[in-house]
Amino acid sequence: MNKIITILKKELNSYFNSPLGYVVISVFLVIAGWLFMQTFFLEGQSSMRSFFSLLPVIFMFILPAVTMSQWAEEKRSGTVEVLMTFPVRASDVVFSKFFSSLTFLAIMLFFSLPIPYMVTSVGSPDRGVILAGYLGAILLGSSYIAIGLWVSSVTRNQIVSFLLGAGIIFVFFIIGNSFVLDSLPENVGSVGRFLSLTAHFNSILRGVVSLSDIVYYLSIIAFFLFLNAREVSLKKWK
Amino acid sequence: MIKVESLTKKYGNVIALNGISFELNEGEVVGILGPNGAGKTTLLRTLVMFLVPDEGAVTIEGMDVKNPSYEHAIKNKIGYLPEHAPLYEDMTVREYLMFVGRMYGISEDDIYEKLSKVAEKCGLKEKIDAEISTLSKGYRQRTGIAQALIHDPKIIILDEPTTGLDPNQRIEIRDLIKEIGRSKTVILSSHVLSEVQATCSRILIINRGRIVADGSSEDLERMGQKKPIVYAQVEKITENLMPKLKALAGVVGVDMKGSGIHITVDVHIDPRKDIARILVEEESGLLELSKKQFDLEDLFTSLTKGHE
Repeated sequence: MNKIITILKKELNSYFNSPLGYVVISVFLVIAGWLFMQTFFLEGQSSMRSFFSLLPVIFMFILPAVTMSQWAEEKRSGTVEVLMTFPVRASDVVFSKFFSSLTFLAIMLFFSLPIPYMVTSVGSPDRGVILAGYLGAILLGSSYIAIGLWVSSVTRNQIVSFLLGAGIIFVFFIIGNSFVLDSLPENVGSVGRFLSLTAHFNSILRGVVSLSDIVYYLSIIAFFLFLNAREVSLKKWK
Repeated sequence: MIKVESLTKKYGNVIALNGISFELNEGEVVGILGPNGAGKTTLLRTLVMFLVPDEGAVTIEGMDVKNPSYEHAIKNKIGYLPEHAPLYEDMTVREYLMFVGRMYGISEDDIYEKLSKVAEKCGLKEKIDAEISTLSKGYRQRTGIAQALIHDPKIIILDEPTTGLDPNQRIEIRDLIKEIGRSKTVILSSHVLSEVQATCSRILIINRGRIVADGSSEDLERMGQKKPIVYAQVEKITENLMPKLKALAGVVGVDMKGSGIHITVDVHIDPRKDIARILVEEESGLLELSKKQFDLEDLFTSLTKGHE
């Protein structure tokens, strides 16, 4: 456990030792805040729904940037050879990297808290829905992170890692899109709807946090973390 | 202490290690020598469990590296410096060594003492708070070696520890390795023969994934022992010169190569005095006379050339 925390701290420090962490948080806040504010006063509703519904798209570009270097950079610089010869399980290293990115996501979302503060100060929104929205954002973001981490472990090039991560997330994003679903046979479409990261997110956004949604996200996370651990424990390094 | 039996490792169709076997005893300082691409790095990576052998067995103090339940025990016994000393550039030397120490499970009570000991030993005291990205190659290498030493392992494995260093840094690192070799089993790899000769009590020469020579520097010299050659550079070669040289006791053969004469001589007789006398008598204008001792470099070249 100590070793997991040691790696987690190291990874978190590396976000904030470089401009990456600050740039990502700033870009997120500026884009999400600006897009939200554009419609907030027009709609005249004290709700954060439009903020949360932006997240699947914004996270698609922000979170692969957070995870792209996690393995790819270790492989490129050769530090993976030091890291993987420590007496530590491959799965522990994967968990550490996952939780460090998740902590980063939590910090990023923390800085968006002025938005719900403002929304509650100008009106009386349903606080439960906002809370569910943040929970959904964490679950959705964690799934994106697990996908991004796995992609980062199969390449040593950060750009490839970023683009491939965003691409895979995009696939998970569009399979729940009604435009795509309508063009598919019904039984395939229902599988698509079930697998789509966004469809489950939208149901949480309505304020209904169902067990099946949570289990769905945890399964996606577990699946990609498993792929990641398998990738690094096979020791197919070159 | 370390036993390698018929170790084979392939990358696709490329055979990196082809049935390597050897045994190392505690306290030995062993140099793995070979041209680039010979399989040195692959061999070391297998010993540290970074790679899994395809065939054959590696045991470290009786523990099989293929058995996952020994993984932590084996890794705790080994300190490893990979090739090019990869380090986390954004950390300071102190942060990095503390990180490594914690990863080896050193307790918070001991870590400061271990850090200061290892920094002292590796000459890192003055750079301890410098960011790694600002360090010279020599200090990076020292940091890498300190990283391999911090948990006080029994076995130290260093992959090309002196590559890319200037001559002064090389001597410093060489001295550091000798110092470490007094108390630990050390395995290092290099493609530079003089490095290995200077630091190691035993040399394994590998080429194309096979061991082609194994022994002390003296053993290898004996193995490649040829008759010494006396080289004489002269201005002119007179008619009588060659027959007179050939007639000398201890001279086995005489060859002309450019303006030089290569005189192969018997191992037990040194006829240099007589050779010099004849060259002067014949007024051939002697410019240089030297005896070429057997060179390990020759053995290395003869064992490894033409197989690239």
